Amino acid sequence: MSELDIVGPQLAILLAAGAVLVWDALLPNQRKALPYIALAGILGAAIWTSTWVIRGDFQTAFDGTFAIDQYAVFFQYVFAGITAIVVIASIDWVDRVGRRQSEYFALVLTASAGLMFLAGARDLITIFLALELSSIPQYILAGWGKDQRSSEAGMKYLLLGAIASALLLYGMALLYGFAGSTLLTDISAAISEHGADNRSLLVVASVLLIAGFGFKMAVVPFQMWVPDVYQGAPTPVAAFLSVGSKAAAFAVVMRLFFEGLGEQFLSNDWAMIFAVIAAVSMTLGNVFAIVQRDIKRMLGYSSIAQAGNFMIGLAAISIAGEHFVQGASGVLLFVAAYAFTNLGAFIAVIGISQRIGSDDIADYAGMWRRAPLLALALAFCLISLAGIPPTAGFWAKLYVFNAGIQADLVWLVIIGVLNSVVSAYYYLAVVRQMFMGEAEEEKRLAISPTVGVALGVATVGVIVFGIIPTPLVDAAREAAAIFAVS
Amino acid sequence: MLLTLLVFLPAFAGLLILLLPADRAAYSRWLALLGSLVALAISIGMFFDFQTGGGFQFVDRAAWIDVGSFEIQYFLAVDGLSMPLVVLTTFLTAAAVLVSFSIEYRPRAYFACLMVLSTAVLGVFTAMDFLLFFLFWELELFPMYLLISVWGSGRREYSAMKFVLYTVAGSAFMLVAILALAFSAGTFDMEVLGTSTITTAVLPLGWVFLFLFIGFAVKLPIVPLHTWLPDAHSDAPTAVSVMLAGVLLKMGGYAIIRTCVTILPDQANDYGIWLAAIGSISVLYGAFVTFRQTDVKRLIAYSSVSHMGLVLLGIGALGTTAMVGAAYQMLAHGLITGMLFVVVGLMYERTHTREIGRLGGLARQMPLIATGLVFAGFASVGLPSLAGFIAEITVFLGAFQKHEWAVIMAIFGVVLSAGYILWTLQRVVFGPVRHEWDEADDQKHWWEHASVIGLAALVILLGVYPSLIMDMLDPAIGVVSARVAG
Repeated sequence: MSELDIVGPQLAILLAAGAVLVWDALLPNQRKALPYIALAGILGAAIWTSTWVIRGDFQTAFDGTFAIDQYAVFFQYVFAGITAIVVIASIDWVDRVGRRQSEYFALVLTASAGLMFLAGARDLITIFLALELSSIPQYILAGWGKDQRSSEAGMKYLLLGAIASALLLYGMALLYGFAGSTLLTDISAAISEHGADNRSLLVVASVLLIAGFGFKMAVVPFQMWVPDVYQGAPTPVAAFLSVGSKAAAFAVVMRLFFEGLGEQFLSNDWAMIFAVIAAVSMTLGNVFAIVQRDIKRMLGYSSIAQAGNFMIGLAAISIAGEHFVQGASGVLLFVAAYAFTNLGAFIAVIGISQRIGSDDIADYAGMWRRAPLLALALAFCLISLAGIPPTAGFWAKLYVFNAGIQADLVWLVIIGVLNSVVSAYYYLAVVRQMFMGEAEEEKRLAISPTVGVALGVATVGVIVFGIIPTPLVDAAREAAAIFAVS
Repeated sequence: MLLTLLVFLPAFAGLLILLLPADRAAYSRWLALLGSLVALAISIGMFFDFQTGGGFQFVDRAAWIDVGSFEIQYFLAVDGLSMPLVVLTTFLTAAAVLVSFSIEYRPRAYFACLMVLSTAVLGVFTAMDFLLFFLFWELELFPMYLLISVWGSGRREYSAMKFVLYTVAGSAFMLVAILALAFSAGTFDMEVLGTSTITTAVLPLGWVFLFLFIGFAVKLPIVPLHTWLPDAHSDAPTAVSVMLAGVLLKMGGYAIIRTCVTILPDQANDYGIWLAAIGSISVLYGAFVTFRQTDVKRLIAYSSVSHMGLVLLGIGALGTTAMVGAAYQMLAHGLITGMLFVVVGLMYERTHTREIGRLGGLARQMPLIATGLVFAGFASVGLPSLAGFIAEITVFLGAFQKHEWAVIMAIFGVVLSAGYILWTLQRVVFGPVRHEWDEADDQKHWWEHASVIGLAALVILLGVYPSLIMDMLDPAIGVVSARVAG
């Protein structure tokens, strides 16, 4: 029973996924209730997670392959928040598409359960299964739209995802061959015992793992799918992909690399790989984002650059002491801030593009007069993405840069800060277009209440954590602190 | 609380202006005037209440973000260096509001931007927490960008973006330096940083000094980082030019004294000679380039580069006298150049040209404006009994012993300035009358002349009664130069 208790949050969500399907089969006329069942499941997961926080008695289950600890709890909250916002934002869209609504919500929920499993996975096989549990529904969702572009997006995502999984498995196989166990703690013990003699093998395994997860994180050079999939996939799905799977990939990479491959000699190697990937991702993502005219493609490239920013935090970790907590908590803070911010931006895009039928940035001109609240919310989210105060994004960037400085990665921080300058250019160009551009028509846009709610939640989060970041920073530090002892 | 009230009063007025209903938009100018006058009154009250030599006063301090090694305070205070600059800011804000009293295109947004700009600059001059300082520094960009790009003329979008990118690129380096300093000293508190001795940082301290300096030098600006300034000035509306030349440039000089020199005195000693050299090159180069200008606003902009070079020369000498001279030059230049831009703005409203070649003989057609221009021109040349003279002579006296050659070069630059100003006056104000401007109305509105007269009065006051300010600057700068002297 206690093991079911530990995976309770995930079970609650999976149960809701089943309930959604059954409800649709039994009461096909009551489809309006589907999203609320989904929301109930997510709420249940959040409450169950909270009971673990209150109990404070964190433990592992299934022979140590799965843990509930501060770190997992942090991400479970983040994923619950992401999924809830995505579900709310989807209501209107799903209603209009009108087909297979129950499957849509069931797939979102399943993917979400997979993400939550990832946060607590401490074993290579568990990691892989959780990853597939979250990925396969996302492949389907990416191809959910009726048009050809959506199908292409789904196919592309599936094929590249399969290659990434293969690379990942190969890396895991090497690790297993070396350590004789799939448990991260065993691998760590084996490495500290005789890892130094097999350094090249371990480095190859690390590279393969980074390649596999890099696909999910959408960092250069594993980013080719991003713009096409974001543009082609239905916007709520793109929003989910851009934050959910990215956050999960960072969650699992951090645990895998620190718990499993955290030995000093090895961490120096992979930290350098992360640093280089971070620099390249930020730079290329931003440069390509500048020239985009389609706002979804722009957000796609910007998410590549943002992943580079996260990665500064990963690179800023030398396993010793305080620096580590800085870097790791920087990543966590960034993940949470980015999740709210990017979701907000995508939802605003959903709201606007539904009404004007275009994703062209030029068509956002004068949006301030046509939909003031939407424009204002989108502006705040873009400002947060650019890392400008008073938004959550600013503190996240500051914290990550601070971690970089403390870890002696001054060159990387300079590249990061300069990239922020570049990114400010294209984010603010959209803001400028909305507030200062002249609209071709002045007609007011009607915004559906569900989109408004989802956007409101995300934007308020961005601003509140921008002014009072302390609780979020504290939570991130606590979550990251679980690694510091080992 | 008084200082907090002063800093945020303009922004609050700006908020009220934004909340005005559309059919009451005309009231926005009165609200802006009221806000800026109350702020001016408060700052004058503080000025006379200020205890000369009493260190930091009117302290407002509260813990803001306090997580682990990451403590950020809300900390405002003024000392003898910042107090006069605060009064200058509130004064020029009021002048800028008066200058733009006739504005008709989207007045609410315009005055709101102007008010937020004022708050940002006041924040820079009073923030004593390095991160808070940085936030205010960045905050100033938004209103400036909008003011130039929406209400400007000519290539306004290009100029506004150039201004933003130059500044942000500079502040990128600044942020790295701030983080590096804060990490090695364990605090963002500028008062503590300014009294403790920092010997190591993750970066070599020389780099930290250089990075800070780059961030501030862009703003000052120095040759060769000055090219944004003429563009910004020539395309900005009059009031924005007043604010830009009058107070925004001073942020650079103020920050160099407050942070580079005070926090890193040893590095200041090492690089002082370079600062002086760059300063006198700016003086000379600016003066030479000024000769070639045919647009009155560009001409004043380049003369600003030249005059701000004197500030850097004074700082580079590092002695009390020279730095007091530099601070005095900032005040004098703020008033005089502010006045020049006001008068040129009035002239432009009537003639709709700034081409020196098309102007001439204005002394006949608009005697009042011409008088203002001649007065401001003479003040800019450094006529004894006006503010500029006192500043220049103090800089030269203070810097001569230390950097003989730099001073000699700079004096040559000042001689040139007499040349270009007098030549310009001759071509614009005197010479044959152009009948094109016969219809020009010299005194259309009372408010146009109110700001000119106010500025002229202060220029005279600072010229004949320098000890009013000198006594205040002297002890504050004395602390800095004592630190540099060891």
